[in-house]
Amino acid sequence: MNISSLFVILISAILVNNFVLSRFLGICPFLGVSKQVETAFGMGMAVTFVMAMASIITYLVQILILDNLGIQYMQTIAFILVIASLVQLVEMIIQKTSPTLYQSLGVFLPLITTNCAVLGLTILNISQDFNMIESIFHAIGAAIGFSLAIVLFAAIRERLELAHVPKAFKGFPIALITASLMSLAFLGFAGLV
Amino acid sequence: MNIESIIYPIASLGGLGLVFGAGLAYASQKFAVEIDPRALAIRDALPGANCGGCGVPGCDSFAKLVAEGKASVDGCPVGGPDCAKALAEIMGVEVDVKERRVAKVICNGNKEKCKDKFDYHGINDCVAASMVGGGGDKSCNYSCLGFGTCVRACQFDAIEIVDGRIAKIIPEKCTACGKCIEVCPKDVIDMVPYEQSVVITCNNKETGKIVRKKCEVACIACKICVKACPFEAIDFKNNLAFIDYEKCTQCFVCVEKCPTKAIEGDLEKRKKAIIDDDTCIGCTICKKHCPVEAIEGELKGKHKILADKCIGCGVCEAKCPKKSIKMN
Repeated sequence: MNISSLFVILISAILVNNFVLSRFLGICPFLGVSKQVETAFGMGMAVTFVMAMASIITYLVQILILDNLGIQYMQTIAFILVIASLVQLVEMIIQKTSPTLYQSLGVFLPLITTNCAVLGLTILNISQDFNMIESIFHAIGAAIGFSLAIVLFAAIRERLELAHVPKAFKGFPIALITASLMSLAFLGFAGLV
Repeated sequence: MNIESIIYPIASLGGLGLVFGAGLAYASQKFAVEIDPRALAIRDALPGANCGGCGVPGCDSFAKLVAEGKASVDGCPVGGPDCAKALAEIMGVEVDVKERRVAKVICNGNKEKCKDKFDYHGINDCVAASMVGGGGDKSCNYSCLGFGTCVRACQFDAIEIVDGRIAKIIPEKCTACGKCIEVCPKDVIDMVPYEQSVVITCNNKETGKIVRKKCEVACIACKICVKACPFEAIDFKNNLAFIDYEKCTQCFVCVEKCPTKAIEGDLEKRKKAIIDDDTCIGCTICKKHCPVEAIEGELKGKHKILADKCIGCGVCEAKCPKKSIKMN
């Protein structure tokens, strides 16, 4: 393992295999919490924390428990258990530290539990045979990629609010079109690594 | 199949769950947010319809505002007096319970009584209909269109469309949340006290001559009710009579006198005064105050109510120094 391979993992998770725009994971909060840059940033941070912690803990769970006992088939349920607990923890911390953010994230905060980006990340970590360090870099890359996508999208949506959009396209239709254009734009990174 | 393949998953996942659970329990202590216990109690005492009738989104927000003292305990129009009392108890404040009010459609001009301007075959909705042909298909521009926009807005099933396309509000179910008033494009719904049975059911603000041509049951601004009312409870504004509900004693005189029957009131509900002979001392006070001379009797003699003249206004009951008059 060398530094450059870690860098490749990081960049590929952020840009090339962006979780939202290339892998299409975590679309629900991507569309739900992207009306304001500030909220989107908060969501990105929450997901970053959950992803980083989840990748460490699930890695340990996989190696120490699942592989040891030969019960890999329990992977999904065990990982969801880890993620759900982490989300609960994040929810408590956010409620304590920033009630405003807690209010604006609303139902999407507990919904990180079922955010397939997090579960997808942990399962990808295992299936690509990443070790601990690589998993952490992959998680950070995925989280930055998610945050990047959601913050960019929120910024565009903020400007769309003021733009002159045909009535039929107002709101979600134009948001979905924007998302697809962003996804196309990110295709440009393919072949980077 | 060995027993281990069952034991391992159960033990490992159970163990994980236990560890995480313990961790979360610790965290919840550590990061506990103090929520005003009164807010929770208030939330439980509220109806929980999240209708927004109080002006804030949802019962939770309202409960929080009340607990912080930023909203009045009687601010929930749906819960009514009972809810206000419960909230006042939780907050430890006094509340003078407001009279219960209900929404009322102030129009009786159904398809038979109010003439059509044209046949409407459009979207089945008052707002849509009110945009066509200068305010809908009815010749009266102030009338209830009866397409049920309010019925759909009502969360309590308290509105129905009766024969001849007029919305009717069932007072028993109405919670006075005000949703119907908001959505009605004709502003033909008003709030009246629950106990009030005498209500002017016309909203037309045009002069009598014009109104007469349009609707059989409209207020034609003849002012007969104003003159007839013994308590000066009726006044006129914009060619329309309106009742001062504080002064109205529900004597139904105006209901009887109105030439177009534009004042609603169930005469069956009219009360009659009864004098208790045992306690009447013959002071003639009631006789002097009766607006319709329905009491006869000499000084120091027992008084008698002339049932066919009595309008059940209750003035004598209030004036009798011996409390020997009852309304029945």
